[in-house]
Amino acid sequence: MTNDLECERLTKRFGPFTAVDGVSFEIPRGSFFSILGPSGCGKTTLMRMIAGFEQPASGDIRIKGRSVLGLAPNKRNVKMVFQHLALFPMMNVGENIAYGLRCAGIGRAEIETRVRDVLVRIGLPDVAGKQIAQLSGGQKQRIAIARCMVLEPDVLLLDEPLGALDLKLRERMKIELKLLQHQFATTFVYITHDQSEALVMSDRVAVMNAGRFEQIGSPQELYHAPASAFVAGFVGDSNRWAGRVLGQDGDGVRVDIGAGLSVTAAGSAAAGSVVDIFVRPEAIALAADAAPGANRLDGTVDSLLFNGAASRVLVRLADGQLVEVSHVPDGRDGGLQQGAPVTLSWSPAQTRCFAQGA
Amino acid sequence: MTHRDATRLSLFLLLAPLVLWIGLLIVLPHLGIGYLSLREKVAPRVYEFGFGNYLAFLREPIYWNTLLRTAVMSVLVTGLALVIGFPIAYYIAKVAGRRGRASLFLLCLIPLWVSDLVRAFGWIVLLRETGVISGLLQWAGIAGGPVEMLYSDATVVVGLVYTVILFMIVPIVSTLDGMDNSLIEAGYNLGGSRWTVLRRIVIPYAMPGIVAGCIIVFMLTAGSYLTPILLGGKNSMWFTEQIYDQFITRYNWESGSTFGILLLAFTSFVVWAGLRLSGQSLATTVAKG
Amino acid sequence: MNVAAPQTKLAKGLYRAYVLLFFVYLAAPLVAACAFAFNDSTFAALPWKGFTLDWFFGDTEPKLGLFHDRRLLSGLRVSGLVGLSVALLSVAVGTTNAFLFERHDFPFKRTLYIMAVIPLVIPGVILGISILVFASMLANGADAAFGLDLDFLRPGLLLVILGQFSFLTTITTLVIGARLRKFDVALEEAALNLGAGRLRVLRTITLPFLAPAMIAAGLVAFLVSFENFNTTLMLIGSDSTLTITMYDRIAKLGSTPVLNAVSFVLIIGSGALALISILIQRDKAESGH
Repeated sequence: MTNDLECERLTKRFGPFTAVDGVSFEIPRGSFFSILGPSGCGKTTLMRMIAGFEQPASGDIRIKGRSVLGLAPNKRNVKMVFQHLALFPMMNVGENIAYGLRCAGIGRAEIETRVRDVLVRIGLPDVAGKQIAQLSGGQKQRIAIARCMVLEPDVLLLDEPLGALDLKLRERMKIELKLLQHQFATTFVYITHDQSEALVMSDRVAVMNAGRFEQIGSPQELYHAPASAFVAGFVGDSNRWAGRVLGQDGDGVRVDIGAGLSVTAAGSAAAGSVVDIFVRPEAIALAADAAPGANRLDGTVDSLLFNGAASRVLVRLADGQLVEVSHVPDGRDGGLQQGAPVTLSWSPAQTRCFAQGA
Repeated sequence: MTHRDATRLSLFLLLAPLVLWIGLLIVLPHLGIGYLSLREKVAPRVYEFGFGNYLAFLREPIYWNTLLRTAVMSVLVTGLALVIGFPIAYYIAKVAGRRGRASLFLLCLIPLWVSDLVRAFGWIVLLRETGVISGLLQWAGIAGGPVEMLYSDATVVVGLVYTVILFMIVPIVSTLDGMDNSLIEAGYNLGGSRWTVLRRIVIPYAMPGIVAGCIIVFMLTAGSYLTPILLGGKNSMWFTEQIYDQFITRYNWESGSTFGILLLAFTSFVVWAGLRLSGQSLATTVAKG
Repeated sequence: MNVAAPQTKLAKGLYRAYVLLFFVYLAAPLVAACAFAFNDSTFAALPWKGFTLDWFFGDTEPKLGLFHDRRLLSGLRVSGLVGLSVALLSVAVGTTNAFLFERHDFPFKRTLYIMAVIPLVIPGVILGISILVFASMLANGADAAFGLDLDFLRPGLLLVILGQFSFLTTITTLVIGARLRKFDVALEEAALNLGAGRLRVLRTITLPFLAPAMIAAGLVAFLVSFENFNTTLMLIGSDSTLTITMYDRIAKLGSTPVLNAVSFVLIIGSGALALISILIQRDKAESGH
């Protein structure tokens, strides 16, 4: 198994500010790798270093095993789809796609063939003569990708390309990008702040925060087994409590979350330490009868948030805190009224616990 | 060549034309006339350094009278251009509909590029005693004989205002164009009267454009030659005429340079004072393009 | 007088009348100058004696038309030549200046920028005399020190070109710089990413984007150069430009309506070029650049 892209202890500083702090990772051939993080976490800087527009302070970047640190940005075989696509407005679609081929000195006849082929592959066979301004948002996306793919790069970098699209189009493009990646069988490196994009499309995801990778894993691993409080809070939705550890309780810890309530969480922690508790809304049941050893909390229904399959119920606990619980209404009047008392229960295995500041 | 070296080289290559242009065509020539203005002719082919030329200027009433007159009339013309032009600029920027605005602005821009000479010539055709207006007045019975309207101060002022007013309107329109209408509407919504909104919202916003316009107009007026000469005749007493006189007719380059420096100093002073008073700078007004 | 407050019909009407009056004032001299180009009379005055094209095409005295008047045609040719040279030079240096100020950082950048804008606030006559004096100093110096007779530094077309270039470059720098500022650098990075060398990026991406501004700036430079008088008068040698020739006719030698014909050609010509330059800039700006 060979890696298309490897980064080793990459660091970049801007004056006193460290944007990327010793980041290392490997991406195997032909996979879809996402870097997920909030604005300012350093993911764009990381991508620009891979493309060659920034020089790292230390560390190495290897494409297909060979270091590219000394190569100028127009000599590396990593092609980039820019955030606002950067399609050349003074050229039509065909000329845009042909640009890289012409720079490489390829003959006119072969350029025509390759442009035609790539347009067919992305499903837009007739647009070669059109002006960029005449294309729709989704079409522009595909042209931007085609412009890079026609050069058969080792790695394709995508810098949050779906940001400018509206919701429905974005959902569709996520699926299309996944299919395109399979079709071209090229390694895609995708950076985004939208966790649903990262989860839907990727084979592996790296969660980045303040210049560091907090966790690298498959989408399932990140969702079900977050390695830190940041990942637990950033990926998917969670109810979050701060609490103090009371002590071990079998193979879990007992945590006091205030106002006399306490829950059991998986894992272990020192008694007396301050921790953050995370529970996913879909892990909580609104049932009075629960398995023994399950966590139970009493509360009253505060409001019903209807959102189709993603509907939630907000439950207010005795001490005033609000808990979000997934509850898909079944069409009938469900029996849930505002102010009705309910009991929440969920298993300790579904309760994540991290030391505060982790 | 490394990337840094390439950037260094391109920087030097780009600096060269700029430095050559400014150095050889602006800085050194102005030092040249400065130098020349300090050279006094004490005897044929004998020169000394001193302020004699400047003293000669002060001693000769006709010279500094002319400068003063030019200055006062330039300020007058600038003021008139502002008062007459601002409502037009406002109309174009705010009142006219979109298509109307485009065509009105176009109508303003086109005469801008017509030469001073053609403009002055047009006024001559209109205002001389064998001209159109005189003819119309006679035909309407208002005047008994040919009316000579040229060669008076009023004519020169009218002609100068005409020449420069578009240079006042265009910067103001550009500035007002960028003004969000909701600022004006908010002013009314909060209870302002038409005059209050104009005075406290529109004019302060348009200030960079107004100052830019005034500076350009003042410079053009003070430095103007054709309009005062052609419309004002032999006794138009415009300072630029004195400069030409010294250089071309009398071949007294030292004196001419002195007058040039004085005109430059004077106009620069007014520009600087104007910028200071209104709190702007060259970069925010004229250089905004 | 604004977008929000309701106005009385009378106020609106008065405002409109004012604007209309203004444009009549704007057009009057130009119309007057042009109209008499077609009057069949040896004086550009009323009464109207019938329509004729003789002032354009006539070839016998006293009705020598524009296209047969050798002096005027020569002036036209010289003006065109000078205009073209100045336009090319000032666009070239304007472009390098634009890249310098928009893309690079260097010590004294602000000072140099202000110096680049200053020529706009120097009266044309002063630009003229300063370059005349400096060039003469250089020529005299070369003569005295090396016995070289540097004729091109004496009043003549080269000095005229340099004199106009000195302030037109400011205009081209501002116009092209404004356009360059709007350029999305991501386009250049994308081109680099696709494998283009730096020169290729410049040639295929950046310069095509700048082209409308460069052309418009060139047209403006040509127009301003063509109609320039103040600076040109100081630097002209034996070959005259059209404006100088026309001035000689008006002020000294006496004129026939052939000058009206010249005015007509100048007005139509500059109007057309100005229109083109505006349309070029607007066109590209609207097609989503």
